[in-house]
Amino acid sequence: MIGVKDERIVGTAVPRLEGREKITGQARYVDDMVLPGMLYGATVRSRIPRGKIKKITFGPEINWQEFVIVSAKDIPGKNCVALIEDDQPCLADEFINHPEEPILLLAHEDRHLLPKAVEAVSVEYHPLSAIFTMEESESRSEIIWGANNTFKTILIDKGDVQGVWEKAHYIVEGEYRTGAQEQLYIENNGMIAAFEPQQGLTVWGSLQCPYYVHKALMELCGLPPGRVRVVQMETGGAFGGKEEYPSMIAAHAALLALKSGRPVKIIYDRMEDMAATTKRHPSRTRHRTAVSKDGKILGGTIEFTIDGGAYATLSSVVLSRGAIHAGGPYYWPNVRINAKAVATNAPPHGAFRGFGAPQSIFALERHMDRIAQVVELSPIEIRRRNFLKPGQTTTTGQAVSEPIDLGRLLDRALELSNYSAKKDEFARQNQNGNCKRGIGIASFLHGAGFTGAGERYLSSVVEVEACEDGGVRVLVSSAEFGQGTKTILCQIAAEALGLRYEDVRFAQPDTQEVPNSGPTVASRTAMVVGKLVQSAAIGIRQTLRASGLLGESYSAEEFRIACRKYVAAHGKLRSLARYEQPEDIVWNEEKYRGSAYAAFSWAVYIAAVTVDLTTYSVSVDDFVALQEVGRVLHPVLAKGQIIGGVAQAIGFALYERVVWDNGRMQNAQMTNYIMPTSADLPPIRVYFEEMGNVHGAFGAKGIGELPMDGPAPAIVSAVGDALRTFFNSIPLLPEDIFDAIAGKGENAEHAGSARGNP
Amino acid sequence: MRAHPANYELVAPGGLSAVLSLLAKERGVWLPIAGGTDVMVEYAAGKLPARKLVSIWNLPELRRIEVFPGEIRIGAGCTYTDLRVHDMVGREFPLLANAASWTGGIANQNRGTIGGNIVNASPAADSLPALLVYEAELILVSANGERRVPYSNFHVAYRKTRLAPDELIRAVCLPRCFSRYYAHARKVGPRKAQAIAKVCLAAQARLENGVVEDIRVAMGSVAPVPLRLVRTEDSIKRKPIDAALLRLARQTTAAEIQPIDDIRSTASYRAAVAGNLVAEFLQALSTRGMQG
Amino acid sequence: MSESPDESSKWEITLTVNGKRVTVQAYAMERLLDVVRNDLGLKGTKEGCGEGECGSCSVLMDGVLVNSCLIPVLQAKDSTIITIEGVQADGRAPVVQQAFLEYGGAQCGICTPGMILAACHLLQKKPQPTIEEIREGLSGNLCRCTGYLQIIEAVKEAARRGAAT
Repeated sequence: MIGVKDERIVGTAVPRLEGREKITGQARYVDDMVLPGMLYGATVRSRIPRGKIKKITFGPEINWQEFVIVSAKDIPGKNCVALIEDDQPCLADEFINHPEEPILLLAHEDRHLLPKAVEAVSVEYHPLSAIFTMEESESRSEIIWGANNTFKTILIDKGDVQGVWEKAHYIVEGEYRTGAQEQLYIENNGMIAAFEPQQGLTVWGSLQCPYYVHKALMELCGLPPGRVRVVQMETGGAFGGKEEYPSMIAAHAALLALKSGRPVKIIYDRMEDMAATTKRHPSRTRHRTAVSKDGKILGGTIEFTIDGGAYATLSSVVLSRGAIHAGGPYYWPNVRINAKAVATNAPPHGAFRGFGAPQSIFALERHMDRIAQVVELSPIEIRRRNFLKPGQTTTTGQAVSEPIDLGRLLDRALELSNYSAKKDEFARQNQNGNCKRGIGIASFLHGAGFTGAGERYLSSVVEVEACEDGGVRVLVSSAEFGQGTKTILCQIAAEALGLRYEDVRFAQPDTQEVPNSGPTVASRTAMVVGKLVQSAAIGIRQTLRASGLLGESYSAEEFRIACRKYVAAHGKLRSLARYEQPEDIVWNEEKYRGSAYAAFSWAVYIAAVTVDLTTYSVSVDDFVALQEVGRVLHPVLAKGQIIGGVAQAIGFALYERVVWDNGRMQNAQMTNYIMPTSADLPPIRVYFEEMGNVHGAFGAKGIGELPMDGPAPAIVSAVGDALRTFFNSIPLLPEDIFDAIAGKGENAEHAGSARGNP
Repeated sequence: MRAHPANYELVAPGGLSAVLSLLAKERGVWLPIAGGTDVMVEYAAGKLPARKLVSIWNLPELRRIEVFPGEIRIGAGCTYTDLRVHDMVGREFPLLANAASWTGGIANQNRGTIGGNIVNASPAADSLPALLVYEAELILVSANGERRVPYSNFHVAYRKTRLAPDELIRAVCLPRCFSRYYAHARKVGPRKAQAIAKVCLAAQARLENGVVEDIRVAMGSVAPVPLRLVRTEDSIKRKPIDAALLRLARQTTAAEIQPIDDIRSTASYRAAVAGNLVAEFLQALSTRGMQG
Repeated sequence: MSESPDESSKWEITLTVNGKRVTVQAYAMERLLDVVRNDLGLKGTKEGCGEGECGSCSVLMDGVLVNSCLIPVLQAKDSTIITIEGVQADGRAPVVQQAFLEYGGAQCGICTPGMILAACHLLQKKPQPTIEEIREGLSGNLCRCTGYLQIIEAVKEAARRGAAT
């Protein structure tokens, strides 16, 4: 453990920095903000999945004079939502590629007049054939994107896969699928934009990545960096869902503000938010694995395919994380992973906690169970025999440098869940009665920070400022949206400087004020940004010491005095830290070889379930979540991250189905898209191991996404255990279980039918 | 919010007779709104056809529970919470108390009313199967007076009732003759709370000497209207509960219901679960119904 | 034809909000939620779904928990409303709020005001609720961050502390 014995603040449950405002209703979200003279904006969207716009008619029932109307022609710069590829228009001006594509923007000072006005715009189209499944996209019967409907392909090739098949005692194949999932933050997306000729464009909004929005607005409006300002308001949940789409909404609000000369607020209602903004990518994974007689993986092929929807957005990087996690925490001497993101005529899919990993890990963990059945080993034993060990290499050839002992982690999880006693007890109980119980497991890993060279390209910067009142301020673009960003970064600064937690403040993320510490994604805040905050804080101390104002040892009060004196004499003191990639992190983007992540977090999750055969519904009775995440910076927040992630993943596994019809979400209401309530969740028992890690602040690694990866496979494994049936896709709703049991399901195979090749 | 409040009129005359005379004066124009848990949802979605609404929330004439020797009269304006906390409803009409506790969350139970549930006439409504099983009668009231009608044929088609445009439901009357019945209810929803039923069942029966002497079974979400399963009841009546009867009951149930595929579930799932629920009820009846 | 709404059809509606008598000019069908947020400037009451499903807009109306998005303001005439901004007047609220803070009951904070009002309403009816009663009492308030368990712990702890006073 690194430096633990001296720590006073890191590792303790200090109060959430903005907690008081939140529990008293004083926290200010974007919809709580009103500017003088403000208009409200709304979006006219396509109603067909694919086609060409012929004609737009404005209905006579509306007095259009009263409305501000913006079309693609009003865009001063480039008509795109700048991200990785600039293929997604901000407003469609000719082609329609999905059924929620923005075409026109309207604004009025009476927000209640907007829905009717939106309805009164009718668009005539030349319809074009559309495609809605990955298979249709692959068949290329219609080319809807680029030359071949493919946003990105990735090949990870390790060892010699050709040679493994003849050595195999068993060859095990399987296909696994996961569905789209809506982030369902409780605060809908929203933005306010204002344009002042003096200052330029300012937007305030609910968002994760201020500098993504900043970049998108510069391109859209053709403005230099200094004339665009992005301010993050308190953000009511995000989970990846406010990583990219806020750029679109900010762009729309900005265009209306530019045209009207007045501030414009756009707040989506729930239905628009659910239907039009991004969801988790649906996936299909095919495994073919060569296994030795004693259950060791000799090698295999993994085809990982995700449905990206109509535009490239973040699909290439979601694909990358999914592909790299497809081998899980197991040792593959030989493997070939072919990954592909394909286009369909649905609204683009995007970031959601886990970012591709929950999809490929679901497939792998189900496949491990299938291998276990074929080899006739227990799900426990098959995992134990294949766990990665320190010194071995991952699928990208990254040597495991941490002293992780997955076997020991597994043993502890088995003990905590009382696994073997339950297994026996359930087998006995299941002989009678209409309720069948089962227990299932998943072991997995999650890489912290951007993939490969991503952090090097980001080159994040943070600043820590010594203020004239003697306090210290952390300046980052990392956003708080529930995870505890503000709290942990202030803990880190306080710890690094020997101050009290109360002495540290957090600057509101505002691109005019804070440097670009990168987007708030990828489980990177605690590890990458935290480490930079630690360095920048130490820089403040060094400056104060160098100027003779601070001794070798000092009290918090002496530090305050030193700050005050320094600022009085020299003006403001800011210390900057910029990310530099450690030398041992080497990545070859072309070959997908090398250190994919600076650190991995590791976990073993165990779920116990009951399936009621009267209703075919599953209830999770007990859930053990054991993980190694490096240093736990804040025990209550860390536990909250795990429980919350597990809860979302239970939804992903058992409740949440997006019902599609020609690319449009049919159940875009909280009543019909089912997330768990307080009555639905089991006790979720959270346990940490802390190994420490040199790359993170005080040894922290990533935590936010990890708990999204494991619950679905563990639960589906438990359901399979209860019913002696193998399920291979999620969401697994009662209707699917019924279909499987009634013998007509595509979602399941009976246990015996997994193919062996002895 | 997809509606403009200025385009809607809402009045609250404050007394039943004033509401009724308004309904009589402009027949079919005024939509009564009680707790708003259905009407306001449609309104906010911009889908409420009515433009004139009259509030019947908290009218004292509609919000009382009267107990008579032969029946209990529940004012149509009583909320689910009112039903849940009423001792006698809980004791003698547990199916109704149960259904009330299953409807929405606490905030919606504090506003949603039994009369609103009937008039909204969703086939998925949680409390309506219970009313069918208890052989409820409705007291309908208009400016011209009252009439009392059986609830059993009040729903005539999907979301259509026999209520005249100038009428309100004044009260729901439940006969107090079921104390010796074994009652059983089950809601199958997509989650444990705040859920719209995929199938729900309310049933009660009396077992004598191992034979089903009398039985009533009703279901929600399996037909265009809340459905009393009369043929299923007939197939069970005066028979002992054994494997053959369970099989028969499942078959008759499947033949009697008309479930559909929709965004919430599938017809085949609903049909199977409906059969299972009836079988489960009969099994519970045979093991526990003897004491009742 | 003009879409501009007819201001003359607004009502003068008096109600007591957080202990203060206020009069607003509003259309009868305006949602209590909008009146509280826009006319009275009490922004702590949040809109999550607009259909009575998520509970973020919960307020206490005459002591009873309601979804303010489903209440036409005319029906709130002469009623007593308590929002998150005025909940401290309820003796239990500060205890509940403190427990939320300590036990991780608030993450992103958007469901928190409604959740706290639901918790206060529950504790008023059942000062020592069981875990099952807490789960039921809060089941109309959706939270996507916490998985509810830390909220349930906070309410349990608030009940324990409440009992001690």
